[in-house]
Amino acid sequence: MSVTADDVRRIARLARLAEPTDRVDTLVGELNGILSWIEQLNEVDVEGVEAMTTPVKFPLPQREDVVTDGNCRDKVLANAPKSDEGFFVVPKSVE
Amino acid sequence: MSELFKLTLSDITAKLKAREVSAVELATEGLALCEAAQPKLNAFTAFDADKTLAMAKASDEKLARGEGGLIEGAPLAIKDLFAVEGVETAASSNILKGFKPTYESSVTAKLWENGGVFLCKTSMDEFAMGSSNETSNTGPVNNPWKGPNGEMLTPGGSSGGSAAAVAADLCFGATGTDTGGSIRQPAAFTGTVGVKATYGRTSRWGTVAFASSLDHPGPFAKTVKDSAILLQAMSGHDAKDSTSLPNEVPDFIAAVGQSVKGLRIGVPKEYRVDGMPAEIDEVWQKGIDWLKAAGCEIVDISLPHTKYALPAYYIVAPAEASSNLARYDGMRYGNRVEGENLNATYENTRGAGFGHEVQRRIMIGTYVLSAGYYDAYYLRAQKVRTRILQDFEQAFEKVDAVLTPSAPSAAFALGSKSDDPIAMYLNDVFTVTANLAGLPAMSVPAGVDKDGLPLGLQIITPALDEETMFKVGAAIEDSAGFVARPENWWS
Repeated sequence: MSVTADDVRRIARLARLAEPTDRVDTLVGELNGILSWIEQLNEVDVEGVEAMTTPVKFPLPQREDVVTDGNCRDKVLANAPKSDEGFFVVPKSVE
Repeated sequence: MSELFKLTLSDITAKLKAREVSAVELATEGLALCEAAQPKLNAFTAFDADKTLAMAKASDEKLARGEGGLIEGAPLAIKDLFAVEGVETAASSNILKGFKPTYESSVTAKLWENGGVFLCKTSMDEFAMGSSNETSNTGPVNNPWKGPNGEMLTPGGSSGGSAAAVAADLCFGATGTDTGGSIRQPAAFTGTVGVKATYGRTSRWGTVAFASSLDHPGPFAKTVKDSAILLQAMSGHDAKDSTSLPNEVPDFIAAVGQSVKGLRIGVPKEYRVDGMPAEIDEVWQKGIDWLKAAGCEIVDISLPHTKYALPAYYIVAPAEASSNLARYDGMRYGNRVEGENLNATYENTRGAGFGHEVQRRIMIGTYVLSAGYYDAYYLRAQKVRTRILQDFEQAFEKVDAVLTPSAPSAAFALGSKSDDPIAMYLNDVFTVTANLAGLPAMSVPAGVDKDGLPLGLQIITPALDEETMFKVGAAIEDSAGFVARPENWWS
């Protein structure tokens, strides 16, 4: 599999990254280099092998379904790039 | 300046307890030392002198009452990946520049509960993605150790600022995070001790996420004993991290200095890589000889899937990073760059806020997770991880610990590898296996190369058995008698 300049633009769009106009060619080279290096994993026999999760198995912890946090509006908004009257201010997203 | 900062954590806490020195004096001196070193080392990203002095004062009050925790009054440096309440935490990225958390990471909260004093935030590769600390938004960190012709060297990465701060005697310990070697490689490059425990032993809550299944918070220290003290102070179950281990934390400190007689030490043949400097091989052989002399049995072992570890890592880590970093959209926190519509705002924000290496990794992650590729890349890589863990599990039927070099070279010159991503990635060739398998691993300074630069040895042990790692680490430290220090050009 080989990545083209169009692929780079498409991946950037999927990742919500501004189109790297002056670096598209560089990225084509770098991504292909990395992806072809990664291809060697195809040599490994993974037939019947489970995907790794953790080296120490323990049951997924569960907690009581109760409210344990909240009432901290000002803290939540403290780092907002824009806020007003206790709300985040974001660009219009519904036409 | 006094010589207090040359002491170990273990010695300074004894002095604090004996009231021979006050925590406020120590913190004041620490702030002055760091401030003086900053123009030379560029290791720090934020200070908060009021917070530091208030914490030190509280420590003095406790100590005066005969109270105080394990590390009461000791000033510590904190990697810029850990949220410290009220102090800028930017992960060395422009996208988070100015972000001041309103909460505390679990690891730093535990350190403060045990008496640690916040001294400074340290520079790192942006979002912990790098092996040389050159991708930080505040510029490269200089290693306190210079090259043979006085050239500036990398302190390693991603936790380069923390490693430099410990190596330059500007603090009594530091936090780091290790996703592919980001504690152990900088420790090796700076002549310090660096540890990551079993995955889940230290909580990830409140540390900026890079690759969640690989991220391990851990300490940098001047000695193996200090590293055990710091790991003790930061470990333990945390309900806020669902991957945090519920297991009891063993007494790491008690393990330091215990006999290694009769332990079986595995030496994996796959860790002899092409083009590795002879000096790395020599220091490895010395480590083998030291442990043999201390009564260990040396066993040749094979970890056949070692060569697949880095390629697997460069699927898993970018895939998880591309998901984790999706949260930086400029809406709720971080910096926003407006565009003509919502999507354009997202794209402008992320295009301007993330550096080149971070964008490259997000793109690789996005590609390998995109429709139709998940099974071929991510799922296969996760299965290869299982193979790598199985290699270790089979080896640990025959041996108690594995001994390897920590890194394939000594510290290299800044700028010498930044144009070739794969050459940079190869720095982690010996460390990344323990991240993929989630096993305890540490780097201990073991010698110097022909240019007088430090080299480290790595000890890897079975899951949950940090005690054997500390025993072997302390035995290497004792035998190595590593006393080399960089000449002080930063004060």
